[in-house]
Amino acid sequence: MKQYAYYPGCSLESLGKNYHLSALAVSTELGVELKELEDWNCCGATAYFPVDELLAYTLVSRNLAIAEKTGLQDFVAPCSACYKNAYTTNKYLKADPDLAEHINYALEEDHLQVEGRMNVRHLIEVFIEDVGLEEIKKKVSNPLKGLRVAPYYGCQIVRPRKDKEDVENPQFFEKLLLAIGAEPIDYASKTRCCGGSLIITNRKAALDMVHKLLQDAVNSNANVIATTCPMCNVNVEVYQGQVNREYGTRFSIPVMYFTQLMGLAMGIARGHLGIGAAAPVLAFAQNVEAR
Amino acid sequence: MAVELSFSKEIENIMYASHGKPIRDCLQCGTCSGTCPAVEFMDNSPREIIGLIRADMKDEVLASNTYWTCASCYHCTVRCPAGIDIADMMYALKRYSMWKGKYKEGLLGPDFSEAFVKMIVNSGRSFEPILAATYLPKYSAGDIIQEGLTAAGLVLSGKMPLLPKKVKRLKNVQRMVRRIIPIGETK
Repeated sequence: MKQYAYYPGCSLESLGKNYHLSALAVSTELGVELKELEDWNCCGATAYFPVDELLAYTLVSRNLAIAEKTGLQDFVAPCSACYKNAYTTNKYLKADPDLAEHINYALEEDHLQVEGRMNVRHLIEVFIEDVGLEEIKKKVSNPLKGLRVAPYYGCQIVRPRKDKEDVENPQFFEKLLLAIGAEPIDYASKTRCCGGSLIITNRKAALDMVHKLLQDAVNSNANVIATTCPMCNVNVEVYQGQVNREYGTRFSIPVMYFTQLMGLAMGIARGHLGIGAAAPVLAFAQNVEAR
Repeated sequence: MAVELSFSKEIENIMYASHGKPIRDCLQCGTCSGTCPAVEFMDNSPREIIGLIRADMKDEVLASNTYWTCASCYHCTVRCPAGIDIADMMYALKRYSMWKGKYKEGLLGPDFSEAFVKMIVNSGRSFEPILAATYLPKYSAGDIIQEGLTAAGLVLSGKMPLLPKKVKRLKNVQRMVRRIIPIGETK
């Protein structure tokens, strides 16, 4: 089993607990060993940068430094905000020796140093690129036939541009959904922002953004919205009630992590994926309960 | 005598790590404004804000809610034909306004960011109920009830732990932070 330095991030210990569970269950099944970093700290999401840029990069660097110490090659984050912060910090550490020096001076206090040599990746990328779609297909025992899924990428998984990926019309999520037998819909809003922390600091703006995402999914007859980020998942799922009150709508569309859908297709029991017994999506994975 | 920098130069200077292309390269094409998913909630569109900065209209920029309405989705950044990292510029403006202690009244963004950083300095990890204590007092009664119902649902579904987690080597982290920002004692 290939080992990866795993940075779960704060959300996966609270709001994204079902993401954490399903990520670990699916990884084990696919031969991906996620070794959680010891004593990691919060990456700051979008909240450190308005206060102090160097502080923001330093706190992210502490996690990168802890990962470098493990001797592993890959730093894997399941949250798009953590992924973006780790990716850009790692890049700047390599590109800017002056920045790296400042950061290393602060890291001395925790007996750490950082070079910026991790390969920073999102969990979905590890599944698609390292395990591969063919291998994933082989593990599918309950193809999610007829399940119409809105592949909601969100923003920070594809933006700012990290490598050569398509920032306007990425396709990797659709390909993964096809591999597990589901039917990805043509979801025009797939890389629109969910509002992120505006849900707290500017509720009206964020609800408007979530409203548009939900309307687009419903117009396209999606059965479920699939996400790759705990921030997106919370905004789109938990705030549906508030959207309904604000706009007089009646949205009640299930929102699930891609790992939960993969787990169902791979025949992993729903209890190991953080899926409730009443989840509508279970109708599309009939054999799961038999296990 | 030291030369006093113009406002536009100051903003250029604080776009430090991103090595952002100078905003003077802006073509004023408006691609950013047309792309922004939050633009209708902004006092000035991103294109206008860049125009105001270049005209050194500091007071107007500091009075605007625009950068505090940016959700950091980077859609403008990847589309800008002049290669300007507009989302990072919004962060730079947030820092500038925090640094000057000047922002439009009633905005929650500055308090939220400050509370978030304090929380990390005190525990190393993010924990939603601590954050809620900082923004709930500014919500209307109706919004507080909405938020309470949402939170109760999360606790009942087992998605919201009642106790925060802490970093083990917290003292070290706090000393690290003090090497960057000399803030004295926390708490």
